[in-house]
Amino acid sequence: MKKLKRFFIYLFLSAAAFVSIFPFLWMLVSMTNQSVDITKGRLLPGSALVENVQKLLDQTQIGTAIWNSLIIAVITTVLTLLIGSMAGYGFEIYRSKGKDIIFSVLILSMMIPFAAIMIPLYRLFGQVSADAPLIGLDTLAAALLPTIITAFFIFFFRQNTKMFAKDLVEAGRIDGLSEIGIFFRIYLPTMKTTYAAAAIIAFMNSWNNYLWPLVVLQSPEKQTIPLLISNLGAGYTPDYGVIMTAIVIATLPTALVFFLMQRHFVAGMMGSVKG
Amino acid sequence: MHKLKKNYIGWFFILLSVAGISLFYFYPMIQAFLLSLQSGMGANLDFVGFDNYVRLFNDPTFITALTNTVLYLLVQVPVMIVLALIFSVLLNDPTLKFKGFFRTAIFLPAVTSLVAYAVIFKYLFANNGLVNDFLMSINLISNPIAWLSDPFWAKITIIIAITWRWTGYNMIFYLSALQNVDKSIYEAAKIDGASAVQQFFQITIPMLKPIILFTSIVSTIGTLQLFDEVMNITSGGPGNATMTISMYIYNLSFEYTPDFGYAATVSYVILILVVILSFIQFKVAGDRD
Repeated sequence: MKKLKRFFIYLFLSAAAFVSIFPFLWMLVSMTNQSVDITKGRLLPGSALVENVQKLLDQTQIGTAIWNSLIIAVITTVLTLLIGSMAGYGFEIYRSKGKDIIFSVLILSMMIPFAAIMIPLYRLFGQVSADAPLIGLDTLAAALLPTIITAFFIFFFRQNTKMFAKDLVEAGRIDGLSEIGIFFRIYLPTMKTTYAAAAIIAFMNSWNNYLWPLVVLQSPEKQTIPLLISNLGAGYTPDYGVIMTAIVIATLPTALVFFLMQRHFVAGMMGSVKG
Repeated sequence: MHKLKKNYIGWFFILLSVAGISLFYFYPMIQAFLLSLQSGMGANLDFVGFDNYVRLFNDPTFITALTNTVLYLLVQVPVMIVLALIFSVLLNDPTLKFKGFFRTAIFLPAVTSLVAYAVIFKYLFANNGLVNDFLMSINLISNPIAWLSDPFWAKITIIIAITWRWTGYNMIFYLSALQNVDKSIYEAAKIDGASAVQQFFQITIPMLKPIILFTSIVSTIGTLQLFDEVMNITSGGPGNATMTISMYIYNLSFEYTPDFGYAATVSYVILILVVILSFIQFKVAGDRD
């Protein structure tokens, strides 16, 4: 009886694991097959990998899209971490009643769905386009600016700062460090794992972001990876081999980074959920 | 003097964030409300008071989009949370083999880009796609199911897709919470003769309540904003059968003749729904503590 129960548990988990993994295997296998074979349901590796990559390079601006996505994601991640951690630190270390109220108000912004503010944001960037073309519509800056400062990361860093030994701040003051020096020379190095977790989340969010870039980036040379994939997928005669290759290129980097840093990520998620 | 300086520096640390969130969240929210009182094509907007809000009730596309979104919410969020709970309880068993593999496998979908997986699902669920091939090969169905072109099945496809993407993500939260539960509670329950199912409902669920509340609010907000998948799997079709509120806002602003005022009105509906539903979830889950 107990053995039978175990058997069904393993069967259930194996089925779930198979369903979870299958689309990945399919996309990896399909990257090496020709479009016709993919539509016929071929599930074995083929020999069209080089051909697919070549076509992707020839027919699309994949290089530009990777570059744009990378620039946006790296700048977003660095600024998100810097500004978010400063705020989380500021709210937790320099507590005052006024700051607690401001913190609660900022947290409320997590409840605002992006769709609800998308049109005013679009108009805002439209208005600055004439005076400040560098951050106006159809610029990478416009694609990343609204995503840099989010209440989530302020909350995330504040929760993790609760576990930071505050004696270190006093020790820094006695040693004659400035308040900003304490942040950069003591807090930042001690909180490496928190930064690592936040970096993964920020990078993945930015790399995979779709709706706002779709709204704000119009010209083909400003395209990001998700926009390119979406356009490829919407074609009337899609070349499945080429599309699958693009999808693998879009997915593998974040998946790899994630698995290399998985431990930090899970620890960081925990830190933000425990109160 | 020193104290005053420290206080001043404390404000310095939070200054950029306060400015950024005010500019990119709260200011647009006020703007959206002002916009929702105006109507017109493109940049030529006239003040129309609450006409846009009245228009909502007579707009069949809006009503369809709202119904679809609520349907996704009511079906998908509970299914996903129950599945994630079951996985996390099974995978928390220390005697289970290959735990690491199962956890990683089930979490894997959570690292994919929404657009990438949506495009993959579109092909998997095509008429001649692998899902139909598989179902026919095991003789579960004799004719291919029109996953993407039948109004009913298209909704099911969207629900399957979101469940695939997010179940593992929720599971990780439950798993990490379960690891903090004192094992002696379960030992004591076992000695008292509680079955596995009783332990699940009387120990696990109450223990995880705060995290279940957290994940259900996050999932609710996420589902109300559903866009990437619908746009890339079905484009809202067939007809408007899978249209969501977010997609309708996008169409009103950038696909149809742009009416930013009315689009802003529709977007306020999402905001109001998020507030109401989160409040209900807090009430339902929070009061019994």
